Amino acid sequence: MSDGSEGDDGSVGTNGDEGTETPTNSGQRFDRLPATADERVVPGRATREEVVGWWEGRFDVPPETFDGFTFWEKGKGKIWTFHGDTVDPIRVEGLGMAFLRTRQEHWKPTTNAVQRFGTKATKNVVELSGEAARRFAAGEDQEVDWDGDWGYLVVAHELVGETEPMGVGLYLHGELRSTVPKGRQESLPTLD
Amino acid sequence: MNPLERYAPLVDDEEAFFAACERPLPSVVRVNTIKTTPARAREALDDEGVGYEPAGWHNEILKLDGRSPGTTWPYFHGWLHGQEEVSALPALAVDPQPGEFVWDACAAPGSKTTQLAALMDDTGLLVGNDNNLGRLSALRHNSERLGVTNLAVTNQDARNFSLKPFGSDAFDGGERSVDDDNAGAAREAREAFDHALVDAPCSCEGTVRKNPDVLDQWTMDHVYSVAGIQKGILRRAVQATKPGGTVVYSTCTFAPEENEAILDHVLSEEDCRMVEFDSPLDTVPGVTEWEGDEYHPDVTKAHRVYPHHNDTGGFFCAKLEVEA
Repeated sequence: MSDGSEGDDGSVGTNGDEGTETPTNSGQRFDRLPATADERVVPGRATREEVVGWWEGRFDVPPETFDGFTFWEKGKGKIWTFHGDTVDPIRVEGLGMAFLRTRQEHWKPTTNAVQRFGTKATKNVVELSGEAARRFAAGEDQEVDWDGDWGYLVVAHELVGETEPMGVGLYLHGELRSTVPKGRQESLPTLD
Repeated sequence: MNPLERYAPLVDDEEAFFAACERPLPSVVRVNTIKTTPARAREALDDEGVGYEPAGWHNEILKLDGRSPGTTWPYFHGWLHGQEEVSALPALAVDPQPGEFVWDACAAPGSKTTQLAALMDDTGLLVGNDNNLGRLSALRHNSERLGVTNLAVTNQDARNFSLKPFGSDAFDGGERSVDDDNAGAAREAREAFDHALVDAPCSCEGTVRKNPDVLDQWTMDHVYSVAGIQKGILRRAVQATKPGGTVVYSTCTFAPEENEAILDHVLSEEDCRMVEFDSPLDTVPGVTEWEGDEYHPDVTKAHRVYPHHNDTGGFFCAKLEVEA
């Protein structure tokens, strides 16, 4: 891995401790996630194995869904997915799609990632209909009956005969909180 | 004076041209094939009782009656993107293939960029650049809403765009070497694009049906100042594209100073030639004479789109091939 092997312009993170030079995360560039923990150089950085495993463990999304995708960290714990490959590290403003928030107790997928990849989810998917789906898209919190796990769920509804993920809900104590970002919230009609 | 009057000598039917420019445009959406199919998107609109009419010339373009697209479920899911009908032309002219390396030089807010991504089946590497950081956030928002994952977003002045972030030393004096551990072609430096799209900043007269104010702000000085920028960006696009690769140039203006004159300039300064391409919309050829200036005869291979021909906005689109 090239993590920490750069240092060409001095801005690449080390902890400043001369002699030890532990590579750190940089908010200025995208670094590839290590494949496995054995290859991890930057402390606290998620691995590809963990990221793919998390989607499988949490939502039953098959690992092969991510064949052909690479994973990158820019900013602390902000994981991006890119459908292809490129040089590592790479200094650009965006690479693929903001995908997952790590380096916190409960990892949180983005709304856009859930809309794109959540179609494959079969676990921790809460399906809403009618008024409840409308309220979720508008960013409203609501009480729902759910006897599965608490935490971040894929929230879906039926559209044109198929289950279509709308976004991420946070289920706690009987309440489903909508985490649809303000810019994506919309006042939509109630579907039958 | 209405600046559109200067184009009266170029159009076949002045009266129809001016009348069309007065009419507002319908609300048009493009179906995002990264997330759905045109059939499913139409069905979802039917379920909501939203009326629409297929544009006819392209399966993925629908004209909505009434409602703004943003307040529909298929829009919420990223199945639809509001995009002026005629602005679907340049990405079709680029005709990118899955897996290619493509540059959209002036990408924000991203209608054409996301269309390019869909044409590439969301594979390869699409670089969406814009010099304006504020507009870049709109580009990122739109591309992520539509589920695009093959896009790298850059914030450079397109006139001296550098491929250095992609590992190339072709344009930057070569201080970077690619890590040997990064085996595999895809991880290696990208030296030149397969295709580029220059949807250039312009005086935007062709958007008068959407934004009538554009004519109040129109000045000849503005035309000349954007022409300088257009020349710089188009030349860079030709330089950054591999031999045999193609560069599409488009504007939403009728001004030959910003269209044929720019092509004439790049044909004389860079190793490239005009190529023909089919337009699914009714168009007329580029002009070779304008207000005492003469342009390269091949600029007739460009397409001029007038509002009264297809009931769209005004547009200009040309395709160049980079020579070895």
